[in-house]
Amino acid sequence: MSPILFWVFALMMLVFGVAVVVNRNPVASALSLVVSFLGLAALFVSLDAFFIGVVQVLVYAGAVMVLFLFIIMLLDLKAEQRRKLNLAAWAGGGLVTLIFVAQLWAVLKRFPLGRQPFPALPPGPHDDVREVGMVLFSTHNLPFQVVGVLILVATIGVVILSKRELK
Amino acid sequence: MELTLNHYLLVSGLLFAIGFAGVMLRRNIIIIFMCLELMLNAANLSLVAFSRFNVGENGLPNYNAQVLVFFIITVAAAEVAVGLAIIVALYRARQTTHVEDINSLKF
Repeated sequence: MSPILFWVFALMMLVFGVAVVVNRNPVASALSLVVSFLGLAALFVSLDAFFIGVVQVLVYAGAVMVLFLFIIMLLDLKAEQRRKLNLAAWAGGGLVTLIFVAQLWAVLKRFPLGRQPFPALPPGPHDDVREVGMVLFSTHNLPFQVVGVLILVATIGVVILSKRELK
Repeated sequence: MELTLNHYLLVSGLLFAIGFAGVMLRRNIIIIFMCLELMLNAANLSLVAFSRFNVGENGLPNYNAQVLVFFIITVAAAEVAVGLAIIVALYRARQTTHVEDINSLKF
């Protein structure tokens, strides 16, 4: 992928990520999150991970965000009214974030492997979905089945949590 | 200018920082939950970048990392379902999603 497209999608992802944090209206935040995830899916495609990109759009931008929007509208959340800012919490949170970014910059500056370009893939189409499926069902078969149990547990848990009276 | 691994790692780290700042600074529990999703996806982006960077003997990306991303997406979807159910139950009991109003466990 050309660097211009990379920067377009990376900026789209980061700008709408910031919009998630700064919007006071939860619906606007959720819609910004959708755009941010679409930018991320484009970055996955730029890394030749087509399957992960499609799953990202289907699961996150589709299912998860519909769930978020349903809950926001079900609870009928209004835009947050301004409250007295907790100055210590803001200073602490901002400081830790800045330290994290500085640390990230320092680590990446001393990482010579990261300055090499990505190695080229063999020419011709490569079956991304087939390769992921082979690894998923052969090497990681047991974790795959455990994830199935996890989803069953989550489903039953949600049904029980949503019952009106908990006994 | 050619794209390198560091570009992707930097963007992924910045996305993580944005999500982290959201968790620290926002007080609405649903927004905090969305920022958690941002942080999970930042980790996914660096995993996929490493997968593409570390090609195997057959010249293809390392698909183990993409399978891990697949698992992360699955677990995150289950987590969102359970978490939102808990938030709805909490809203029914307290009529608020503001974390500073939910302090009965606070010492």
